[in-house]
Amino acid sequence: MTKRFDRRSLLRGTLAGGAVTMGLPLLDCFLNDNGTALAQGAPLPQRFGAWMWGCGTNPDRWNPSVAGENWELTPELVALGRELPGGGLARDQVSVLSGFDVSLGGRPNFPHTGGLVSTTTGTVPLEDGVYVEPTLDSIIAQEIGKTTRFRSLEMSATGNPNQFYSYEARGVPNAPEVSPAALYTRVFGPDFADPNAGPFVPDPRLMLRQSVLSVVKEDRERLARELGAHDRQRLDQYFTSVRQLEQQIDVLLAGPPDLESCAKAPEPGAEDVGSEVSQSRLTNKLMAEILSFALACDQTRVFSMMFSYRLSGLRQAGSNSEHHQLTHDEAIDAQLGYQPEATQFVFDSMDAWVDFLEPLSAIPEGDGTLLDNCLVYAHSDVSFAKVHGVVGIPQMIAGSAGGAIKPGIHVPGNASETTRVGLTIQQVMGLPVERWGTLSMEAGLPVNEILV
Amino acid sequence: MQVRGYLALLTAVVAGVAGLSLGCSDGGDPVSAAPPVEAGPVALRRLTAEQYAASVQDVLGDHITVPGRIDPDERREGLLSVGSTFAGVTPSGLEKYEAAAAVIAEQALDAEHRRDLVRCEPASEGASDDACARSFLGRIGRRLFRRDLSDQEVEARVAVASMAANTLGSFYQGLELALSSLLVSPDFLFRVERSEPDPDDPSRIRLTATSVASRLSYLIWNTTPDDELLDVAVDGSLLDRAVLAAQVDRLLESTRAEVGIRALFSDMLDFRQFDDGLVNKDAALFPAFTQTIARDSKEQTLRTVIDHLSAGRDYRDLFTTRRTFLSRELGQVYRVPVVTQFGFEPHVFESELPRSGLLGHASLMSLHSHAGRSSATLRGKFVREVLLCQDVPTPPADIDFSIVEDTESELRTARDRLEVHVSNDNCAGCHNLMDPIGLAFENFDATGVYRETENGVTIDATGELDGVSYDGPVEASEAVRNHPNLGPCFVQTLFRYTVGREAVESEWDLVSYLGEQFEESGFNSSDLIRAIVLSDGFLTTSGPREAQDVSSEEAQP
Repeated sequence: MTKRFDRRSLLRGTLAGGAVTMGLPLLDCFLNDNGTALAQGAPLPQRFGAWMWGCGTNPDRWNPSVAGENWELTPELVALGRELPGGGLARDQVSVLSGFDVSLGGRPNFPHTGGLVSTTTGTVPLEDGVYVEPTLDSIIAQEIGKTTRFRSLEMSATGNPNQFYSYEARGVPNAPEVSPAALYTRVFGPDFADPNAGPFVPDPRLMLRQSVLSVVKEDRERLARELGAHDRQRLDQYFTSVRQLEQQIDVLLAGPPDLESCAKAPEPGAEDVGSEVSQSRLTNKLMAEILSFALACDQTRVFSMMFSYRLSGLRQAGSNSEHHQLTHDEAIDAQLGYQPEATQFVFDSMDAWVDFLEPLSAIPEGDGTLLDNCLVYAHSDVSFAKVHGVVGIPQMIAGSAGGAIKPGIHVPGNASETTRVGLTIQQVMGLPVERWGTLSMEAGLPVNEILV
Repeated sequence: MQVRGYLALLTAVVAGVAGLSLGCSDGGDPVSAAPPVEAGPVALRRLTAEQYAASVQDVLGDHITVPGRIDPDERREGLLSVGSTFAGVTPSGLEKYEAAAAVIAEQALDAEHRRDLVRCEPASEGASDDACARSFLGRIGRRLFRRDLSDQEVEARVAVASMAANTLGSFYQGLELALSSLLVSPDFLFRVERSEPDPDDPSRIRLTATSVASRLSYLIWNTTPDDELLDVAVDGSLLDRAVLAAQVDRLLESTRAEVGIRALFSDMLDFRQFDDGLVNKDAALFPAFTQTIARDSKEQTLRTVIDHLSAGRDYRDLFTTRRTFLSRELGQVYRVPVVTQFGFEPHVFESELPRSGLLGHASLMSLHSHAGRSSATLRGKFVREVLLCQDVPTPPADIDFSIVEDTESELRTARDRLEVHVSNDNCAGCHNLMDPIGLAFENFDATGVYRETENGVTIDATGELDGVSYDGPVEASEAVRNHPNLGPCFVQTLFRYTVGREAVESEWDLVSYLGEQFEESGFNSSDLIRAIVLSDGFLTTSGPREAQDVSSEEAQP
C-alpha cells in the first residue's frame, strides 16, 4: 500500500502539482477483483485463452477410446506426444473432450457457423454467420479483464484482418492482430514500463490522455436520448471501451509490473504473414511467444487465437486447393479410409496447438509454469468437415488454472452439449453461473471429470 | 431461385403478371409520379476506414498520413456500408482510434502546417491561449462533428487545451490533445442520423438538415460535408427542395464525385480484398502474378467505372465497354503494348480480344477464383448476387463434393467436374444458377489470363443465363448487360448503400419507381443519385432503429 502513495506523490511532482486539476484515478492495477492487494505472496493471476482451428478432424482417428487418465495418443493426436519445455509431455497438460455435440434444436446447420457459433456463444444461430451473443472469451474478459492493461488480446494466424473469431456483442467483432510485429509494438512498444529499465518516470502525457477521455464522456446522455435501443447498446459499448482505456492508462501510470516472472519480450523474429500452412504456423508461434511474456507481466488475462478460419484457407505451397476446399472435394482414399491431403492439415493444426502451448510452458511462475496458471481452450467449428458434422466437435483444455482443474484426462461427452465445456470454464474462472446457453444448447452440468 | 426484396416483385412483372399494382394509391401513372413511401429506420453509422481517413484529410490537411491500424469494417448484405450500421467500438478498437488521433493531431499541428490550420496566433507559444483555442476548436469541430458544437462541447475542449498547454509548456501541444478529444469522440466516429417531426406535417418524420447534409456528402463524396453544405444545413435551408437540388448538382458536378463512385464500387465489388493484400495466387502455379498486378487490376476497373459513369454513359454498358485504362504491368496480363512507363493510360481493347466489359477484367476474374485455380461457381455467384441481386442459397450441410476436384481422373476441365453437380439433385438447384454463367469465363484462369485449354482439353465456354444462350465471355457479358435485373439491382444496391440497410417492404414501391426512372434516364447514375436524394426514402424515416432480439426466436419453418 505504501508503494501506491509513493507513486501518487511522484506523479504530483512530475506534473507540477496544481497545474493538473483532475483527481488521480485509483490505481486499480494493484487490486484484484476483490479489492485486495496483489502483492508478492498473493495468488498469481489466472488467465483464460481460446484457440481455434478450422475444419475439424477425422473423428474416428482423433477421438481416444479410453476414458480417464490412460487415454491413447490416437493417430491425429500424436502431436501431443511432444515434450514441453516446462517438463513432461503435452498430453499430460491437455485434457481431451470428445463426443460433445451441438444440438441444433430444429435450427438450420449453417455450414461451418452452426457448430462454431453454438459452441462459443451458447446460442444456435438463426442467420448465417451472425453472432447475437458475445463469445466465451468476451464473456470472461468482461469479468476478469477489468484490472489489466489490455482487457484481452485477440490474435489470428490466418493473415486476414477481416476474419473474426471473438465477438464482443451482437454483431461486433473484436478485431484480431494479424501481424506479430504489430502485436509486439502494441504490448511491448514505448508505452510498456520495463521492470528492468531503471527508475520509472511516468510520462505526463498519460494523465492528459485521461482528461481527453473524460471530456468525451460528457456527451453520453445527450447522445443516448437520440438513439434507438440497439444503437444505445452500441453507444454503451463505446463508453465501456472508454472506461477500459482509462484503466489502461491507470496501469501505465502505476509503473512496471511487480511480478517475479515479468520481463520485456525479445523482439519477434522476421514475420511472414499469410495462409500457407508454414506462414500460419510461424505467425502462431511468434504470437504465442509474445503472448507468454505479456501474460507473465499481467498485461492481460484473456486472449484468443484463431489459427485457421472456420473455412480454413490453409494451403500447402504449390497446391491448387485450400484446406476447406479439400475437405469437401478430396475423395476418401479407399485403402487409408480418410482424405490424405485434407488430413495433413489436421496434423498441422495439432502441431500448431502444441507450438502455442510451448512458450506458455517455458516461463516459470510460482512453483510451476505460466501454463499452470492458465486455462487454454481449443476447439474447431465442426467434427468431420466433409459433411459439416456438428456431432462430436473436438475440444481440448490445456493448463490447470492454478490447480482448479486436472489436465491430462480424456472425457467422452456421450452426446451432451459442447456448452458444458464453456460452462465449466466460466465457473473455473470465477463467474457465478449455474447454467449457460439457450434452448437446445443450454447446459447445467459442468464437466466434473476435470474439476479438482 | 430466391430473389431479394423488391426484385421479387420485379421478377413477377418481368414474367408478365398483368395488372399488378405498383402501389400508387392515387391511381396515377406509376412511372411519372413518385409513390408515397414509409421510409425505414435510421441508425448510428460508424465511419468506414475510408470515410475516417478522407474526413481527417479533408478537415486537417492532405499531408496527413492516416494510420492504417484502425478496426476493419464488416460487410453485411454485401456492403461495408450496411455493416457500418452494426459496427461498434470495442476496447481494442478504441485503443487504436486513440493512438490514431494522437498521430493525426501531431501531424495536423506540426510546425509547417499549424498556421494555416489554426488561423490565429497564440499570445505565447509556450502557454495556453483560450481565445485562439476556442476559435480553432469551434471551427474544426464543426467539420468533424458535421454540425455546430454546443458551447459546453467547445469549452470542455478549451479546458483540455489550456491544462495541457500549461502542463507541457506548449500552446500547440495543448491543442493537439484537444483535437484528439474531437477525433475519439463518438460524435466524430459515428454518423448520428437524427430525425424530427416535419413542422408542416407532424405525422411525417424527417431527417434533420445536418443529417441530410451528412448523408448527401458521404454518398457523393464519401467524406464530411464542406463549409458551404454545412452552412445551408445549419440554417435549415437545405430542407428546401430547391436548395437541396442545387447542392446535389454542385456535389455531383465536382471532380470529388469520382471519390464517391470509387467508394461505391470498391464496396459493392469487395475490392477491399485487394487493399488488404488478400488476392493471392500460388507462386508455383502462377509465377507471373504479383501484388502490383493485383492492385493495378483493381485500379483499372475503378478507373474504367469512374470514366464511364462520370461521362453519363449507360450503367449497363459497363459490362460491354472496351474502353479501359492500363498500366505497363497489366499490358503483360492482357498481352497488349502499353507505352506509359509509370501509371495508367487509356486503352480500347481490340474487338478480336475476348475482353468486353468489367467481367473481362483481371480484377474480377482473379478475385472470384481460388489461389490455385479458377472457379466458375464463385464467378457465377458474383454475377447472380452482386450484379443481378439474386440470392443463391447456401449449400446443404450434408454434401459430397469429392468428384469435383478429382483432377487425376478423366474429368479434366471445370465443366466436366461441375457437371457432376448437376447430375446430383441436391446440388443441381443452386449450381444450375451459378455454373452456366461462370463456365463462360473459364477462358480466364485464376489470374485473369486468357487460355484456350485446361489440362490439355479445349475449354467449352458455352452457357445460358435465364433463357439467353452464349458462347464465351464476350457473349456472356452481353447477356449480363441485357439482363432485366441488371439496372434494378444497381438501384437496389445504391439505395442500400445510401441508407445503410436493405430497403424495408414499405420502401419497395419507391425502389421500384426509382428503377423505372433509372431506365427512363438511359441508366444514368447521376440522375439516379438525384432521384434517390430528392425522394422521401432519403429525407424521411420511421425513427431510430430498435433492437431486435433474435436469440430467443424460434427457427423459421
